[in-house]
Amino acid sequence: MGVQDNAYAIKVENLTKKFNGNTAVDSISFVVEKGELFGLLGPNGAGKTTTINMLATLLVPTSGSAFVAGYDVLTQRDEVRNSIGVVFQETALDNRLTGRENLEFHSVMYGMKKEERRKRIEEVLALVELSDKADLLVEKYSGGMKRRLEIARGLVHRPDVLFLDEPSLGLDTQTRRHIWDYVRKLNKEEKVTIILTTHYMEEADYLCDRVAIVDHGKIVALDSPKNLKDALGGDVVSLELDGGYSDDFEAELKTREWLKRIDRHDGTLNLKVRNADRHIPEIFTIAESRGVSISCVNIRKPSLEDVFLRYTGRTMRDQEASQTERSREMARRRHKP
Amino acid sequence: MSMINLNGIYIIWLREMKTFIRAKSRVVGMLMMPILLLGFLGSGFGGAMLPGIPEGVGYLQYLVPGMVGLTMIFTSMFAGMSVLWDRQFGFLKEIMVTPVSRVSIVIGRILGGTTTAVIQGIGILVISLFLGFNVSSAPGFIISIAFMALISVAFIGMGLAIASKLKDMQGFGLIMNFLIFPLLFLSGAIFPVNNLPAVVSYIAYLNPLTYGIDGMRASLIGVSSMPIAIDILALFAFCVIMVFAGAYLFEKSESV
Repeated sequence: MGVQDNAYAIKVENLTKKFNGNTAVDSISFVVEKGELFGLLGPNGAGKTTTINMLATLLVPTSGSAFVAGYDVLTQRDEVRNSIGVVFQETALDNRLTGRENLEFHSVMYGMKKEERRKRIEEVLALVELSDKADLLVEKYSGGMKRRLEIARGLVHRPDVLFLDEPSLGLDTQTRRHIWDYVRKLNKEEKVTIILTTHYMEEADYLCDRVAIVDHGKIVALDSPKNLKDALGGDVVSLELDGGYSDDFEAELKTREWLKRIDRHDGTLNLKVRNADRHIPEIFTIAESRGVSISCVNIRKPSLEDVFLRYTGRTMRDQEASQTERSREMARRRHKP
Repeated sequence: MSMINLNGIYIIWLREMKTFIRAKSRVVGMLMMPILLLGFLGSGFGGAMLPGIPEGVGYLQYLVPGMVGLTMIFTSMFAGMSVLWDRQFGFLKEIMVTPVSRVSIVIGRILGGTTTAVIQGIGILVISLFLGFNVSSAPGFIISIAFMALISVAFIGMGLAIASKLKDMQGFGLIMNFLIFPLLFLSGAIFPVNNLPAVVSYIAYLNPLTYGIDGMRASLIGVSSMPIAIDILALFAFCVIMVFAGAYLFEKSESV
């Protein structure tokens, strides 16, 4: 029996999961407040889904501890299961049943009484605007409808904590917007604590009260999206240089007090600059004096992508690209005769 | 949370029923083979005297319990291994994350699979009546249903055990060809096992289907190679072993 800790929706300490010697989740610790909308942001393979699966009692941690809704995921699995709803990354619906039957199956599995069941199913169907499609077979549903049905299902039994694993993966931009609105709405209206994983920066930025940035199984940064971006110390100025990098140019830039950071990345020079619009002319003057020719300039407010780059030295897109290549390579090998 | 959750068992059973009723083409496909075999083997070998078949028993009479057994082993293995479909389509995770115990999930699956298999077995029996099959007695008919249920439970357990060890559906065809067909030929479904070389016929005695089909012959046509009590006991023992093996391996298997 673990120590009860009801103050937080989730409390994770040194949680670790190894698969055949590979460390998927590496001693992570965090707490999630009740009612919070909390995000795990990171590239594919960072360990987000493994973390969710451990919190949902589907995987047994290698070491460390985790409490969900005050219950120990190791010793109080049934209590944990009763307190959570999970929307998995891949669809987990029975296509041969109707939407309502899928909800019915779920609510009976959670031991809900008949009257309560009927009322609650209508309620969650209305919440995700599927009331008029409830009696269609799920195989007739679009991707967005399936996702909405799964979110409704995750809520049927009134969980304290709802896990959303990549809620908008594979959906088009417009549907994604809709899903975001539902997630926000149910966080407010149902007062449910939500943990979501995502590799979309905008999603984490738009939805989450706080975001943990995950890379190689570790949390590299954890704060509200605003604080994470503010900590970068200003705007991002990206310079594309014609003649390659120039040490002289960078050395002189570094003497200016408005320059916070300077990074070389993939042929461009990324500067963190306070009040960038005021200092662009000066940057050009310095470049000219050092014989550096700038072919393209881009100023923007920092995004979570920049935060990720700051903490890991790579962009998430780099990571994704190499990931895709690797999985393609594996697919090729698997299909070799 | 109790080990046995009746609501959970019921809804898992109900899901099997609903999907069974909706999958008409699958049911027709499953019933086609025994019907074709009955039609062709039954009439083709109708006049032949196969050694080992008792005097006065026509080949169709001999074959029908075997074809019911074939229906049982196919539909039951299929039901047991449907856990692979659930894994493929992600629904297994949805089941596993609920607070319903693994034991209840296994019981629900076995009950659902057994119900659909027995319905199909009775279907084959009814069709064979039109082909000229004679049931010796009404109680015999009822007892044969009990045998169908026992065969079904044993092979759903086996299917569940195998499915828990497979990661995807690629091994499914392999199991079909290297397990179900040998079990079928080594069960006396189509011809008496005494006609096989002695070593091989011993293997037949390790095959639960042998006892199931022999028991159905005893109850349906009043002719069998072993006493019906032995058939029941042996089949029941296999049931217990298979269910425990299936439940144990299912419990151990990872759902993600």
